[in-house]
Amino acid sequence: MIEFINFYLIPGLVLGCMYALGAIGVSMLFGILRFAHFAHGDVITLGAYFALLFVTTLGFPVLLALPVAMVLTAIVSIGLDRAFYKPFRNSPTIYLVIASFGVALMVRSLVQLAWGVKVESYAAGTFSKPIIFFDTLRIADKHMWIAGLTIVVVVALHYFLSRSKLGKAMRAMADEPDLAQVSGIPTEKVVRATWVIGGGLAATAGVFLGMDSQLHTNMGWDLLLPIFAAAILGGIGSPYGAIAGGLVIGMAEELSSYPWIGDAPLLSPGYKTGVAFALMVALLIWRPSGLFRGRTFT
Amino acid sequence: MSDLVLGLMLYGVSLLTMAGIYSVLAIGLNIQWGYTGLFNAGIAGFFAVGAYVSAILTSSPSTSFIGGLDWPFPAGLLAAMVVAGAIGYLVGRLCIRLRADYLAIATIGVAEILRLILKNEIWATNGPRGISNIPRPFEDLSQPWSQLAFLAVVAFVVLIAYLLAERAGKSPWGRVMRSIRDNEAAAAAIGKDVVGFRLQGFVIGAALMGLGGALTAHFFKFIGPEATEPLLTTFLVWVMLIIGGSGNNRGAMLGALVVWTLWSATELLTSQLPPDWAVRATFLRIFLIGLGLQIVLQRYSKGLLPERPPNSRTDDMVPSVDPAQEKAPPAE
Repeated sequence: MIEFINFYLIPGLVLGCMYALGAIGVSMLFGILRFAHFAHGDVITLGAYFALLFVTTLGFPVLLALPVAMVLTAIVSIGLDRAFYKPFRNSPTIYLVIASFGVALMVRSLVQLAWGVKVESYAAGTFSKPIIFFDTLRIADKHMWIAGLTIVVVVALHYFLSRSKLGKAMRAMADEPDLAQVSGIPTEKVVRATWVIGGGLAATAGVFLGMDSQLHTNMGWDLLLPIFAAAILGGIGSPYGAIAGGLVIGMAEELSSYPWIGDAPLLSPGYKTGVAFALMVALLIWRPSGLFRGRTFT
Repeated sequence: MSDLVLGLMLYGVSLLTMAGIYSVLAIGLNIQWGYTGLFNAGIAGFFAVGAYVSAILTSSPSTSFIGGLDWPFPAGLLAAMVVAGAIGYLVGRLCIRLRADYLAIATIGVAEILRLILKNEIWATNGPRGISNIPRPFEDLSQPWSQLAFLAVVAFVVLIAYLLAERAGKSPWGRVMRSIRDNEAAAAAIGKDVVGFRLQGFVIGAALMGLGGALTAHFFKFIGPEATEPLLTTFLVWVMLIIGGSGNNRGAMLGALVVWTLWSATELLTSQLPPDWAVRATFLRIFLIGLGLQIVLQRYSKGLLPERPPNSRTDDMVPSVDPAQEKAPPAE
């Protein structure tokens, strides 16, 4: 039992936190701009490497480099929107999708150009010793940080969306874009705010992934499909659903290789990521509104 | 023949062969996207299926993967098309109703699952080590002739694919496809089986992608899971079709030739640089390809050879609404 918690449940929750942070961005961008942002994974990679820059050159501790990386990634996100997505605001969404494919490739190749393709890590050994509870329950302190900070970020986001004027405008625009526009909501300002949140959270997901394992230039792309799966599971356009979706997908991946029946893993660990893809395809086909019966976009 | 001339000639032949294979892939995507408006982002998956099917069927028996049936090359190509088409049918049956970007997400998911299977089922595919010694037709001929003969095979396949796609595009079938792409509701209202037609387009495109995969496997005499990376197949083929002109088969082929020539010529240049720089320059090339796509998308969204609606006689009488133009972003 304790093995189950230590080696399957906790890694699943930690992975779920990263998926959730990415999925909130994807889901909100879909809600506001109505397109699947295929470059989100590579924005995550960029965020992780921004933090690396400050860790290696200025000797920042990772947790201090995180806010800097969030700000930089948010700025880059706004820039990407201005240059590559804004020209297509009134075109069929498919142009945005194709453009975001191109942006994904451009961002990744720039990261590879700047940092090379070696596997990197934030100062190794900063987070190592697990904290032991009740003699057997072991939680690595990096996992505590990841889970704790994810909760902080999510609560802050909740207050922003439910209390602030801009947050309310954002939800209004996701629900009824035409109505929002005629009632005088500054749409471009809302769009910019969405990119700031999406980019900032993407950087957070990237830094957490880098803390948890290592940095490599495909890390974000590998995260992209599970993130889409999480966003769809939670009902696309809904940030709260995305959080739940992220946790479910993260757990599903980790728990799929637990020996539920007999001694062998239920599914060979090589197929772990396939669980998310399969869940996502199945959801798209049978339950495109997500588990919680959100809206579907046609 | 001096070594330099021979080397240059072999380089040119190999470049044209790859451009030909990419033409097949681009024509396949053109049928799916250009004709039917289906956003398939899983080209790599169908490509991989075709490559592995033909490799397994035509190779000699081996202990490291299943098959090794020594089938003749054309039978391998045909089987690749059939299996890729069949998988396309299954995927299409499930996903064809999804709206554009959901279809893109679903097809990427399917392609990644296929790649995981190829990587993990070592008994069948030899896993990450891949399948080598795949036979190539005419490989026993002497140096330039062997490569030239294979180029001729590829050129023949491209010609057939082009003629069939062109014929289909101009036929009533092609017109139904375009009508579904441009106005699904109207096509349904006049009694066209929208889902059925879209499925047909998807399957034909998938079969052509399988064919392209099979040709690649025979050309390199090797196929491994890395060859099915989304970058070199899915993305490059999309860039080719968009730059060449989606909806136009000649555009698809021109796009394949132009983009592949740029891609491969810049590789030739960057490989002259010192190793450290050469690696970095590769990423600069990818960046420039991405930037090129953005520029074409924003400024020349119809591509080098824009789509020409068939049946131009009616166009003289009725002011034509060019679908590509209609979809194009407003000029700023």
